[in-house]
Formats: sequence, C-alpha cells, structure tokens
Amino acid sequence: MMQNLEGGPTMGQQLVPLLQEESVPGRRAVQLPSPSVPETPLPEALLREAPKLPEVDELTVVRHFTRLSQMNFSIDGQFYPLGSCTMKYNPKMNEEAASYAGFRRAHPLAPESLSQGSLALLHGLQEALQEITGFKAVSLQPAAGAHGELTGVLIIRAWHVSRGDTKRKRILIPDSAHGTNPATCTMAGLIAETIPSDGTGAVDLEALRAACSGEQAETIAGLMITNPSTLGLFERNIKEIIAIVHRAGGLVYGDGANMNALVGIVKPADLGFDVMHLNLHKTFSTPHGGGGPGAGAVGVTGALAEFLPGPVAVKTTEGFSFRMPSQSIGRVKAFYGNFAVLVRAYAYIRRLGSDGLRRVAEYSVLNANYIRSLVAEKYPAVYGEGRWNMHEFVASPELGNGIHTLDIAKRLIDYGFHPPTIYFPLIVKEALMVEPTETESPETLEAFAKALLAIADEAQNNPDLVKSAPHNTPVGRLDETTAARKPILCYKG
Amino acid sequence: MPYIPVTNAQREDMLHRLGVLSLEDLFADIPQEHRFPVLALDGGKSELEVLRELATLSRANAQADSYRWFLGAGAYDHFIPAVVPALASRGEFLTAYTPYQPEVSQGTLQAIFEYQSMVAELTGMDAVNASHYDGATALAEAVLMGLKNSEDHTRILIPEGLHPEYKQVITTYLSAFECTIQEYTGSPSAAAKGLAQNDLAVLVAAYPDFFGKIPDLSGTAEAVHEKGGLFVVHADPIMLGLFKSPGAWGADIVTAEGQSLGNDLNYGGPFLGIMGTTNALVRRLPGRLVGETRDSQGRRGFVLTLVAREQHIRREKAVSNICSNQGLMALRSCIYLAMMGRQGLREAAELCWHNAHYAAKKIAELPGFSVEPGLFFKEFVVHTPIPAEALAEKLYQKQIVPGLPLSRYYPERTEDLLVCVTEKHTRSDIEDLVQALREAVQ
Repeated sequence: MMQNLEGGPTMGQQLVPLLQEESVPGRRAVQLPSPSVPETPLPEALLREAPKLPEVDELTVVRHFTRLSQMNFSIDGQFYPLGSCTMKYNPKMNEEAASYAGFRRAHPLAPESLSQGSLALLHGLQEALQEITGFKAVSLQPAAGAHGELTGVLIIRAWHVSRGDTKRKRILIPDSAHGTNPATCTMAGLIAETIPSDGTGAVDLEALRAACSGEQAETIAGLMITNPSTLGLFERNIKEIIAIVHRAGGLVYGDGANMNALVGIVKPADLGFDVMHLNLHKTFSTPHGGGGPGAGAVGVTGALAEFLPGPVAVKTTEGFSFRMPSQSIGRVKAFYGNFAVLVRAYAYIRRLGSDGLRRVAEYSVLNANYIRSLVAEKYPAVYGEGRWNMHEFVASPELGNGIHTLDIAKRLIDYGFHPPTIYFPLIVKEALMVEPTETESPETLEAFAKALLAIADEAQNNPDLVKSAPHNTPVGRLDETTAARKPILCYKG
Repeated sequence: MPYIPVTNAQREDMLHRLGVLSLEDLFADIPQEHRFPVLALDGGKSELEVLRELATLSRANAQADSYRWFLGAGAYDHFIPAVVPALASRGEFLTAYTPYQPEVSQGTLQAIFEYQSMVAELTGMDAVNASHYDGATALAEAVLMGLKNSEDHTRILIPEGLHPEYKQVITTYLSAFECTIQEYTGSPSAAAKGLAQNDLAVLVAAYPDFFGKIPDLSGTAEAVHEKGGLFVVHADPIMLGLFKSPGAWGADIVTAEGQSLGNDLNYGGPFLGIMGTTNALVRRLPGRLVGETRDSQGRRGFVLTLVAREQHIRREKAVSNICSNQGLMALRSCIYLAMMGRQGLREAAELCWHNAHYAAKKIAELPGFSVEPGLFFKEFVVHTPIPAEALAEKLYQKQIVPGLPLSRYYPERTEDLLVCVTEKHTRSDIEDLVQALREAVQ
C-alpha cells in the first residue's frame, strides 16, 4: 500500500455500470418451476405490467456484485479506526453460528414448543448482558442503537407518567453527544436541552446544577449521557452528575456506544444509571453490514423492569417462554429483535467469557493510548491532558497550509487506511476521532501512526498532494452539493 | 486471548512507552469502589466448543427444512437464489460501515442506489430510502411522517385487519403525540369519505391485510386527499410482481416488509423495512438516501444525500433519529431482485397465486372446513371444525405447521387458522397438508 503515494490502483479502479445498464431484454437468471397444480385464473383488471427490473444472467449478477464489493474498504480488508463505531474484527465463527438452519430458517411465530433453542439463546443473552452491565432486566427487541435510545427514553417517559408526573418533558444532553440523542427526544415527544461542557471536556457541573434547580427540577425527565464521552474520556464526575439528576427527580440514560472501553471494567448500573442501551454491533463484534443490521439491547434497573418493551424471554419450569412486561411501553418492532445479530453476539460472549471480555476493554484502551502517544507531536489529543484516554481519542489537527481534517482523512485512504471519524464531536474544531479497537496489532497501529506523521510532513512540503487526495480510488471527491440540490435518487434510463 | 494479537512482550513494550506498569493503571479515572467487578460468566471457550453449543441450541428449534410450513403472518418462506447469500456474505460488504466516506464505499453506495431504483419501480414511487428496521417500524415512521405533515390534522385511520404487532408498534411510536388512532373496516375509500371532520392526517391501507385479503384501493387516494390526509399503503413486495403497485393507486407513502425479497426467516429478524414516497415528500422522508453525482473529473459516483433531514446534521430537528438501518438486508434484496429479474419475480408471484388458490380450494372441500371469502394472494383464513390450536398440535406430530391459529392474537377466534402458501410449496406438500387436516378431524 505504501508505494501508491502518487497514484496507481489500490482498489478496483474501473467503474461498474449500473445493473439497469447491463440489462438485455429477454435475458434472465432465475427460472422457477411451472405450476404443478391446476391454475386459477388471475384477476386481470388488478394486474400490472411486469415491473421493469433488470434482465441479466447469473454470471453478470455475480461479477457485478463481486466488483462492487471490491470498491469498498472493510474491516476484513483494511484498518478501520472509525471513532465511536468500534470497528473490531467480526469473528467468522459468529457467521457460522448464525447460518445454522435451526436459527436461519426458524419462523418467529412457530409455537414456543418448537422454538426452545431460540428462546434459550435469547434468555442466555439477556442474562449475560445483565451480568455485564449490572442491570436487573434486559430487552433484546431494539434493532439498533438509536432504536434502543427511543426505547429507553420512552421508558423514562412512561415511568414518570405512571407516577402521575406529567410535567417532566426536558431531557438534558451534553453538547458532545451523538445527534441521535436529541433526535430521539423529539421522537419521544420530549424536549432536548443542551448542557455545555467545561474546560476539560467534561459535563459542566454548575450548568447541570442550574438546569436541575428550583422550579426547573420539576420539569426534568432525565439526562442522556455517553460515558466514556465522545472525547474518549471517562466522565470522572459521573456519580455526582447522576446524583444531581436523581435529586431533581429525573432518570439517567446511558448511551452505550462506548461500552467497549468498560466491559469487565465497571458495571454501568453500579454507577447509578437507570437505563442504557448496548450496541451489540459495536461492543459485541457483530458486523456492521454497510449500515446495519445492528442490535440495541436495553438494560434497566429493577424499578423499570416492567416498562421494558416485550416480549422478553423467561425461564419456566417446562423450559423457556415469552412474557410481556406488565407496564410495557409496548412493542418497538415486530417479533423479538434482530435475532440473527443476537446469535452472533451470544457466540462472541461465550467465546470470550468473563476474562476475555475484560481483555477487550483493556486492550482497546491500550491501543488507543498507544496511537495517541505515537502521533502526539503532530496530532495532540484535545483535553485529557495528564490522563489516559479510554478506547478512543480526538485530535484537532493544525497542520497549516490550509490543510483541513477532511484532507487528512482523504489522504489516509491513499495509504490504505479507512479514515477516522471526522468533524465529530461538534465541540472540537476540525475533530479527528481515532478508535483502533483491541483486535489490531501494534504493527498496524505503528503503520497508521507513520502514515499520519507522513501526511503532516506532506502538509508542509506538498500540500496540494494532500488537498487533492484520494488519488487511487475509483472516484475522487464527489460533488455532494449538487447531489443534494438536484437529487437523482433512482435510475432514470 | 481470542482476537487480540498483542503479545505479552509487545504489551510490556507498549506500557513502557506510555510510562505505566500495568493495564490496570490506564483505568485510574474509574471510581475505585466499582472498578474491575467479577463477572459471573463462564470462562472463555474454544471455537469448537462454542459452535457445538450453538449447534445444539439450533437443533432444539423446528425449522423450515425439517417441517413443512404453511405459516406466514408477516414472515415468509420464499425462494432465495444461492447467489444471494454467496455475494452478500463477502467480507467487503459484511464488514464495512455506513458509507460516510464515499471514495472507499462506492460498492455499498451503488448497490443501495440500485436497490432504491428497483424498489421504486416495484412500488411505483419516486424515491425509496436505504431501509428501516422492519416493515412495522417503517409503517410507524410513515404514520409519524403523515402526522407531522399537517399541524391540525391528527386523525389516523388504520385498517382493522392490519397485522396486530404492527398496530402495537404504531401505538408505541405515537404514544407521545396528540392524535387519534381509529380502526376502520371495509373499503378504505369509504372510511375516508365517511369522516365527519376534516382532520385526517393519514389513512393506512394494508395490501393485503393480515388475513391475506386484498382491499379495493380505487378512489382511496382522491378521498384521502380530499380530507387533507396522506395515503399510506403497506404492501407485500412479492405480490407487487403481479398486482398494481401502490404508486399506481395514488399512494403518497409506501411501506413493506422486505424480508420476502431474499432475506431469511431468522426467527423474526433482521428483516427489511421498505419505505418510499413521492418527489413532493422526499425531503421529509426519514432514513438514508443515496444519490448520484460526479467527481471533479466528471466520473459518476454515489453519495449519501439530503442529509439535512438526518440526526447527525439536524439533531433535535431531524425527521427521525434513525442511524444504523438494515443495510445488509437491503443489499440482499438488491441481489435478489437482480437475480429474479423482470420475468422471475412475476413467475414467483404467479406460482404463489396458483398454489395458494389450489390449497384453499382443496381445504374448502374438506368436510367441516371452509375458507373465508374474498380476494387473496398467498394467504387465507380457514374456519376449522375443531379448535385450530388443537388441530395444529396434531399436525406438528407429522412435521407439518399448518398455519397460525388466530387465537394467538384474537383469543375469541379459536376456530380460525391463517394459512400461507408460496412458490416453494409443491403439489404434494399441499396435498399432504389437506390429507393431514382431514385425518386430524376424523
């Protein structure tokens, strides 16, 4: 990869025509059997002309998607230090487990007596996640992190309403939070209110106290907080923060996006959290699939257990069964969650066990601090002075010559690395957020650090090379403004 | 240590560089009294042991290869060409993230664009998003989109025959909003016309409904628009290979459960929420969208677009909080539609029709059995001479799951069985079902 600084292919260079452009009338791939039963006349007046899908043969389909796949960076192919996304290796063993016919071909409405394997797995995963987080109950129904957030905030709302406390509409959110947090509040009919951070990147305690004091206390529904924060720093005042919100009568929601730093290190429920989601597609190694599916399991304290969405799996004298919690917020999805994702997460937890899970956090933190130290001179971490980062760190590069973080990100592609998360969190100017995960070797971390430092040199000596990156991809920087102004969302022929 | 490549010697070197003695020292910020709890979990196991354990669990389930299934009710066993899992499981697709860096994500982006194009054609809409969690959440978000479309219109009409779990999801999603959710029976156009007040936000039609019935959608769009509402159609995507598209019926928003299009049953998930709309409403559509554009050299490429609708840009003003979706399921559906093509999808739909109608006819001929009248596609309700639950239990002994006893959702409907027949069933499957039903009530 290092020889391609000036150009030359690092990936499938040639653009692939659209399927629709490869279509030839009359060509086909799948052929179905002729009806083996006597035919029933079709209701002609209600029918359509066959939808104009592409007409292609099987080999064309295979080559088409194989070539498309070669235009992607992926964990399987590249180091992917995307902050806040926990792009760790996705063990192939998990894929094997999820592919077992007894899981893959199981129908969700089969009677419980014919679904005991699925129910046992769901129950086992609920219990494992309860043990890892310290919560009393877990629902596996939410399909993604943001879906878990919606679930959690609806639980907070329902809990207040059940106590006749209907004035509580405000949810406090630190300014470093993911966009899903405030968006979730709106979806749950609540009002998101930003709490600023202090000079160390932590929640400003004075601002939090002010938002929770006097008459204001009576309108607090709760707080949503990510810990470690999106700066990759553990919120050292977390117990005090939670106590302030609890004293005001609010509940505290934990965004579990950064749980990779804490498995086996601390149980969130022990810190006082009331509700939390876990991104099984981050911490528990299930593949991201180019944007999903995920799984956003939600854990709660005993006081909130009956508000969980259902059904949840329970153990009975005869085996396993489903049960709807008595004050449930209802279903958040049809059936039971992204089951095949849950199978993968369960396999991973069984493989690692208690010690292996703690190692995940320890080595993810070691790796993050190691990169931080290797690049500190040119890419110093913001905040966190004299402290250790957790699983990720955020830099605010100032390389000069008009080089922006976007340029650094694009130039990293030429070196064969997926860029870190950029321009997030919003409180850091030109943010560059690096999360290596525990599954990377020091050799990879060192190569990545070397590339970042080489880019810092290029910024001085050859800034145009950086500004015009990437050079070795099938397309260069794309015109996103025109894409949004005059949207083309479908093939028009 | 599973999946951790750092050797002990390397770890010591790394710690040395950081100037600490142990890994524990990196966690000084965590309150000491809660640090390093003992997890009461088993120790780690080898891959061999874990897979043995999971294989045992999987065998404790009945599954579609060892039983003959006539169970649908929102999760369908349709044919999946071998090409679909072979291509979708490629690591370059499977282990990529959301395509935020378009230069190194053209594979995912172009596939989503192709998916959007094919599903737009199938549903008759102008634009389709990159996916929702499932059909139920897509429909709930469509209703929410309709509710937000007009401030003083707060009435939501949903068909009595909508999937019961979908109704529950809609209720959960709308629990925080001022609105009236009202169920209607009979024709959707009559339901809209019959409204006394001019406060309609959304009318939902199920095409077909939970009981397999296909409603007459003529005149519905006009009637709904006259009352100032949006017309939402929730459709079976396989049926759209044969029947008029929701777009042709004038729908403003279409949702569907895309599991049928190349995705496994997976005990209920991951599935694929399909959602599409018209050009007029596309800037209010939740979820990711991929658009075509050019780079500086004029080469065609694809990017996530209209992001001003989304949470990472608009935060509390976003149209939805959705972030991770069901990207891999959309990819599978994309490959599925490419494989089926224009003729294949039509053939699959026709086979469903013929097989289901043959099964319904044969079951109706059995003494004591009858089939609920009405136009259907692949699913229909059978009235059984003995309680459907008991009847089904008898058939499980013969490795046949004859359908869904409706008492699961409707306790009073003890003698109704919802039967689903697809292109995968053979004549002998159907005749064995009929024979087993006959014997079960003798």
